[in-house]
Amino acid sequence: MATLTIRDALNQALREEIIRDDNVFVMGEEVAEYDGAYKVTRGLWKEFGDKRIIDTPITELGFAAVGVGAAMAGLRPVIEFMTWNFSVLASDQIINHAAKMFYMSGGQFKVPVVFRGPNGSAFQVSSQHSHSLEAMYANFPGLKVVQPSTAADAKGLLKSSIRDDNPVIFMEQERMYGLKGEVPDGDDFTIPLGVADIKREGTDCTIVARSMTVPIALQAAEKMQAEFDVSVEVVDPRTIKPLDIETIVNSVKKTNRLVIAEESHSFASVGAEIAYQIMDGAFDHLDAPIKRISTVEAPMPYAKNLETLALPDVDKIVAAVKEVCYL
Amino acid sequence: MAKTAINRKPVTAAKNGSKTAKPSEKNGNEEFAVVELAKAEYKQRLKSQLESIKKTDKRLLREMLYQMVLGRRFEEKCAEVYRMGKIGGFCHLYIGQEAIAVGSMMALEPTDMVITSYRDHVQAMVKGMSPESVLAELYGKATGCVKGKGGSMHMFSKDLGFYGGHGIVGGQIGVGTGMAYAAKYKGTGQVTLCFFGEAAVNQGIFHESLNMAQLWKLPIVFICENNQYGMGTSQDRAMSTRNIARKADAFEMANEFVDGMDVMAVRDASIRAIERARKKNMPTLLEVRAYRYMGHSMSDPGNYRTREEIAKYQERDPIALFKQSLNDAKVLSEKDFTKLEKDAMDAVESAVKFAEESPLPLESELMTDVYA
Amino acid sequence: MAEKFLMPKLSPTMEEGQISRWVKSEGDAFEANETLAEVDTDKATMEMTALTGGTLLKILKGEGETALLGEAIAITGKKGEDISALLTEVASNGGRKASDAGGTPALQSEPPVSAGGQIATTATSQSNVGGSPTQAETRTTASVPSGISVTPTNGRMIVSPIAARMAADNGIDLRNVSGSGPNGRIIKRDIEEALSGGTRTPSSATANQFTPSTIVGASAFSDEPTSKMRQVIAGRLAESIGPIPTFYLTVEIEMDNVLAVRKQINANLDDESKISVNDIIVKAAAMSLLKHPWVNASYQDKTVRFYEQADIGVAVAIDEGLITPVVRGANLKGLAEISAEIKDLATKAKAKKLQPDEYTGATFSISNLGMMGIKEFTAIINPPEAAIIAVGGAIQTPVVREGQIVIRNLMHVTMSCDHRVVDGATGAKFLQSFKQMLEQPAMMLL
Repeated sequence: MATLTIRDALNQALREEIIRDDNVFVMGEEVAEYDGAYKVTRGLWKEFGDKRIIDTPITELGFAAVGVGAAMAGLRPVIEFMTWNFSVLASDQIINHAAKMFYMSGGQFKVPVVFRGPNGSAFQVSSQHSHSLEAMYANFPGLKVVQPSTAADAKGLLKSSIRDDNPVIFMEQERMYGLKGEVPDGDDFTIPLGVADIKREGTDCTIVARSMTVPIALQAAEKMQAEFDVSVEVVDPRTIKPLDIETIVNSVKKTNRLVIAEESHSFASVGAEIAYQIMDGAFDHLDAPIKRISTVEAPMPYAKNLETLALPDVDKIVAAVKEVCYL
Repeated sequence: MAKTAINRKPVTAAKNGSKTAKPSEKNGNEEFAVVELAKAEYKQRLKSQLESIKKTDKRLLREMLYQMVLGRRFEEKCAEVYRMGKIGGFCHLYIGQEAIAVGSMMALEPTDMVITSYRDHVQAMVKGMSPESVLAELYGKATGCVKGKGGSMHMFSKDLGFYGGHGIVGGQIGVGTGMAYAAKYKGTGQVTLCFFGEAAVNQGIFHESLNMAQLWKLPIVFICENNQYGMGTSQDRAMSTRNIARKADAFEMANEFVDGMDVMAVRDASIRAIERARKKNMPTLLEVRAYRYMGHSMSDPGNYRTREEIAKYQERDPIALFKQSLNDAKVLSEKDFTKLEKDAMDAVESAVKFAEESPLPLESELMTDVYA
Repeated sequence: MAEKFLMPKLSPTMEEGQISRWVKSEGDAFEANETLAEVDTDKATMEMTALTGGTLLKILKGEGETALLGEAIAITGKKGEDISALLTEVASNGGRKASDAGGTPALQSEPPVSAGGQIATTATSQSNVGGSPTQAETRTTASVPSGISVTPTNGRMIVSPIAARMAADNGIDLRNVSGSGPNGRIIKRDIEEALSGGTRTPSSATANQFTPSTIVGASAFSDEPTSKMRQVIAGRLAESIGPIPTFYLTVEIEMDNVLAVRKQINANLDDESKISVNDIIVKAAAMSLLKHPWVNASYQDKTVRFYEQADIGVAVAIDEGLITPVVRGANLKGLAEISAEIKDLATKAKAKKLQPDEYTGATFSISNLGMMGIKEFTAIINPPEAAIIAVGGAIQTPVVREGQIVIRNLMHVTMSCDHRVVDGATGAKFLQSFKQMLEQPAMMLL
């Protein structure tokens, strides 16, 4: 086991997969000479050169399309969006092309491309750089959507995503790049897509959290334990699509209470979908209505106090847990 | 470069400064003049085609004509069965544009890759797909080239290097660029032919793709099939310049304007571009001007243009022209042509029978091929 | 110029005040610092004085009425002044002080959701006059207070899915469970409590904390908040039948064992100390009541009062009518003690010497007309008790036992139940215990 930041774990995953498979290349804005806008690709260009690490013009739709076409023609591109906010420019390629190609070609053309980059809020980068887009992409059959929350998950899931034959939306979180965690050694360490992870076991209430809300939910769980003797289980789906609803259902069957914490806006969010699926799969096991903590329904403000107010935090999650526990 | 240049003069703005002069406001004499010019051009085509024909294998020439006729008869049949309710959804026909697919694609190696827009039936067949496979797809049958999952706009064949018909205007320009990227990356020597209509040129992806293709020196030929209408909007009403080929100059990319009614002109220009791609890893933009005889789709009433305008282009119909040239060059007799026509009709009828008799997709197919 | 006289802040924490008395009447003139009215605040009754002199032109809030801080309670000015415009304004905005905070409806420094998950909107209303109303709304919706019933349930039973399932699995009648969730929602915890503590017990946290009665010697009690469901049941039934919605349950009890036991006991006692069947009935009732707290209870509208002991009222006929002296803590007393006490109380009753302490504050009553040849009757509940039993005579009756016709002494007991607290099943279970005690008197020893 090595202790790595999420940034370095991602870097390792890329490096190992580039070495493992000649068809893997990394393309995006500033990924090569500049070492990556967030340094996830640090050192890779120096090591692997122009063929494997490619700087693009600022042309999101264009290089996303190159990723799709190259994947159809047999390569395994890893396309970096400097942030997922910019992917909206490329969404035609992701949604109308990558997601649907395998199906509309009757199963002939696989699109093994990974689109990756930081998703959600950062530090006071305001409205156009702070959106969490996972719900939008999760809405399209054909795409897989991944949101890791630890260094080990980041590495294991990225390696699996690169090896996957489908287009994968791999969403990191800028606030979390520096978070450290233990990562198993070895080039063969992978984590399968579609398998949730119970980050903390508990008996009284389940929190489903992902990406940025996982560490917050864990803090909230500790607080509930210390102050109210409430035992909280924290489930991290890790992959939004395919969603491991079974693990969440089993947790809710145990705890009878569910709080969903997510960084995205609430309307038609992944949390809304999970709430529906829990109603479908564990209705008779609920002791309280499901609560959801999301970012407020407003574009992200710049001012620090407003940004803090907009986002989920420990207190908001604690309040929700107390509510479902009738405390 | 554009040795078969036809009227390339940009349409001058009307005297009052409006660029959207309605057809009815046009001078009747001008219309007449255009038709006369067309007739004159027709003669010139005959002459230039003869020269090209002399340099080309006779069997290939006959096959080219056959593919054009097959494409025409196939699309006519599509219109017929569409009206009978056999084909659902959208159905965009290629009639009038056959010289483009045949002239360009029959200059390719079999392993080369092709990607195109939703007007894809004839390109699929020229790349080697059987009329049965295409028509069954149009019928939504299990035997269609994509098992009834794509329909008219989405013909695909991985084995034949046909990377699909695509329904988002311009989207395939970027995908084709990626295919060329892969070919260069892997060093396969494959060339990508990427078709799109002139309306797609106004999309951002066209400009983004040409920039990357030239920047990264990709083996691709961008073929703009200028049929002069983006749905019901004429090029004049949608584009600030009539000159599409020269847009490539902005990227310092090689470009050529080609008469899309002249299959040999298309072929000659395509050979140049394909060679450039294969030998030098350099892209080319070809603007190939043709004319869409039919509406944009089967649901298009076509009230944005006159019958006379259509008739004008039909006078220099690419099949008639090519047939005449082959006749003049003694490559093909009238008797040969009759047989060729019959073969094409037989192939189409056989496709109809096949499509009619084929089963619908199994319901279990609904959820297959979502994920690989 | 006439102006509104606003409810002043008379204590540091005051949010509203109630006019307890107007010292001045409409038309009266007053000097500066003169008292206009007395106002009850959250702390005390305060004198409300005028800052300047003038005339009390119109009283807007009469005695007993309440006004929020800053709300207009009167109009003052010069005598004869036209105040119609002010009256219109007051009528249109409810007398609220016009928004004059101005400037910055900025965010309060406090977080939007406190750790407790609740924000009392009233707590901010004072400092927030003229503040951002949208924010106040956001806050209330963002933090729904838990555990506080706000929405009427219209008699609909609200049960969480898991609670419903657990109740079904364990054969628990949800009507006998009071919900501790919002709007009386029955939640998992309520079912768990019901399972651990019998069919229905008061919430465990307070079950054993009894408040001493103000009546000397009377049973201590604990008041449990009346559940929404119980309030609705009470309201509906009272509407249907009168102030105390009563129903009746009759049970037939074989008294042969009691008679035998009594015979045994009395064989060893002198004549004065001999116990009666009624004494045994009192004891059996008291013992049963302890097992069924909802019968040893009282409906108190907002609360249900549970009694710690069984104070049994025993109806005694006297010349002027009827009185029910009370045997305090009958559950704690032996038969001899009960018997002696009843004799004493009956004697006092007939002599009209009973003190109020001795005939009020029972938790349950017994009316026995068996000795007067009555086989079966119904009695009227003595409020605020929840039930009374009407005891008929033990009459020899042929019955079939193990296939044989035998003679048994059967006694009919009919319990009148206050349906606001005692449901059919609750009453029936009580009577089962009661019957068991009498048919197997040894059970009373448990």
